[in-house]
Amino acid sequence: MSPAIRCGCLSVLLSLLVAGCAPSESRALVRIDGSSTVYPITEAVAEEFQKARERRTWVTVGVSGTGGGFRKFCRGELDIVDASRPITATETAACRASGIDYLALPVALDALTVVVGPRNPVSSITIAELRRIWAPEAHAQVLRWPQVNPHFPDLPLKLYGPGTDSGSFEYFTEAIVGRARASRSDYTASEDDNLLVTGVASDPGALAYFGLAYYRENAHRLKVLGIVPPEGGEPVLPSVDNVRAGRYRPLARSLYIYVNGRASTRPEVRDFVRYYLARAPELVDEVRYVPLAEARYAEVREAFEHWLAGGRPAAAVGERG
Amino acid sequence: MSADRAAYYRVAIRRRRHLDVAFAVVGLGCLMLGVLTLTVLFVEMAVQGLPRLGIDFLMAFPSRHPGEAGVLAAWVGSLAIMAVTALAAVPMGVAAGIYLEEYAPRNLLTTIIEINVTNLAGVPSIIYGLTALGLFVYLFGLGHSVLTAGLTLALLILPIIIVATREALRTVPDSQREAAYACGASTWQAIRDHVVPGAAPGILTGIIIGLARAIGETAPLIAIGAVTFVAFLPPSPVSPDFPFISLDWLMAPFTALPVQMFNWTVRPEEAFRANAAAAAFVLVLMTLGMNGLAIWLRYRLRRQTRW
Repeated sequence: MSPAIRCGCLSVLLSLLVAGCAPSESRALVRIDGSSTVYPITEAVAEEFQKARERRTWVTVGVSGTGGGFRKFCRGELDIVDASRPITATETAACRASGIDYLALPVALDALTVVVGPRNPVSSITIAELRRIWAPEAHAQVLRWPQVNPHFPDLPLKLYGPGTDSGSFEYFTEAIVGRARASRSDYTASEDDNLLVTGVASDPGALAYFGLAYYRENAHRLKVLGIVPPEGGEPVLPSVDNVRAGRYRPLARSLYIYVNGRASTRPEVRDFVRYYLARAPELVDEVRYVPLAEARYAEVREAFEHWLAGGRPAAAVGERG
Repeated sequence: MSADRAAYYRVAIRRRRHLDVAFAVVGLGCLMLGVLTLTVLFVEMAVQGLPRLGIDFLMAFPSRHPGEAGVLAAWVGSLAIMAVTALAAVPMGVAAGIYLEEYAPRNLLTTIIEINVTNLAGVPSIIYGLTALGLFVYLFGLGHSVLTAGLTLALLILPIIIVATREALRTVPDSQREAAYACGASTWQAIRDHVVPGAAPGILTGIIIGLARAIGETAPLIAIGAVTFVAFLPPSPVSPDFPFISLDWLMAPFTALPVQMFNWTVRPEEAFRANAAAAAFVLVLMTLGMNGLAIWLRYRLRRQTRW
């Protein structure tokens, strides 16, 4: 062997050594994946949980979207899945086919905010107007603001929105257009919400929708629109109070974690979920989402314990926001 | 008459010199465009990232607080993956290269294999990721682990190593082989003692360029299930009890520098962008370090070879 090859082998060995300066006993592991919207909350909980446990329990959190998360969950690869919408019928069937039972636990509220450029004079919008903008029929047809409402300024309408894989896209199309995934497609779509923020911030004629956290983080360079409720009345802004009181309709939604039934028999998974529900009120607000009402968290905690004890899940827990 | 001809040549020569200068200027311009772009990107990254860079950043786990977040799990993950990649791809790639160049008969099959290897080097990396997802994760049941990630990237750089090995072997003059045969060496002896040592600088360069490419890959890692939040290190490969070597780290969940970086760029908080820049800086340093190692090894080995 030439010295160089020996040197190469040595460096490989060295890197092997460096790769593991951690203690060697293998540990309890909680696997979580799913929605990028729920990710910041779960990340915060996982961080605190591992600190509290002095890193004796491992938690991994991935981001493969609500749909991707459910696919893995229903194959039994995950203990918990982050979801920004309830599970669909197809996904339920997939889970049932592989014998996986689960419990849905609402952990926070999010509001899809509709924003425009800071110099745009418009300050509120109705659901009907949003539908006129985003419906598939508007594709390549509705290109200027006055086409939506004659009182709107004469500006070109430039649209930004989340990519079609995101739960936000599904939720928005369902709430506004009436059918999930029905949307015009001639808009700038990106999975990276920062790109949407940057796009809207620099263009007075632009309009975008995305999760509340991105608006709260960039409030100084965006203008948020009040949403006139479907039955009419005063426009409602996506403030924490409005969202929590259920006044911001129909764009407020629940964020969930789904817990795998078999996994919940493992103490580390149980403890993690209990910790999640106990710390949620404070951590959810810290990552700029809207916590549920305290009484609601108590209900969810109770439902989880009931389920662990072998009881049937109360249907209301999964369904109600 | 001859004065005419002299004048004609002078004009012709001057025109060619002008063309010469013009080409040099255009060439330099193209070069500067590339170099300047790189410099601007690098400086911007350094300016954004340097304030965050430090020993704490390298030794901290990811966190929701941008100021406390670090890349420990990410760079250790990247290093562990690289170790698997190198252990898998180097012996296989070099052996395949030696076989194709020194042993394989020239026939239709070899030609098809050669064309395939060259084409594989140009296949988008996400394709490797999806192939590996089906093959390693589901068919072989290796899970979303360091081992899967390392093997995936090994597949990705295998063609690069094979092609580089073959190029390097071709630079060894046939007289070397013939001299070895003349002294009674078998093919394998000639290759082991003369051809491969002579080609070693080129082979090493190929290996390290391959590894430097692998360390920056994101798409295949995401496809095979790299997780974003990992606040622990894989188990140590050396254990205090018999047999002292533990392979648990191969099956550990992982994250890697590019994945961590990507996650930070899409966060709502502006401060995470500085973290992403700092992580990019660490990644660039690792890549530059590997390339530097390649240059140094080549230099040292070249000095030893004389023919």
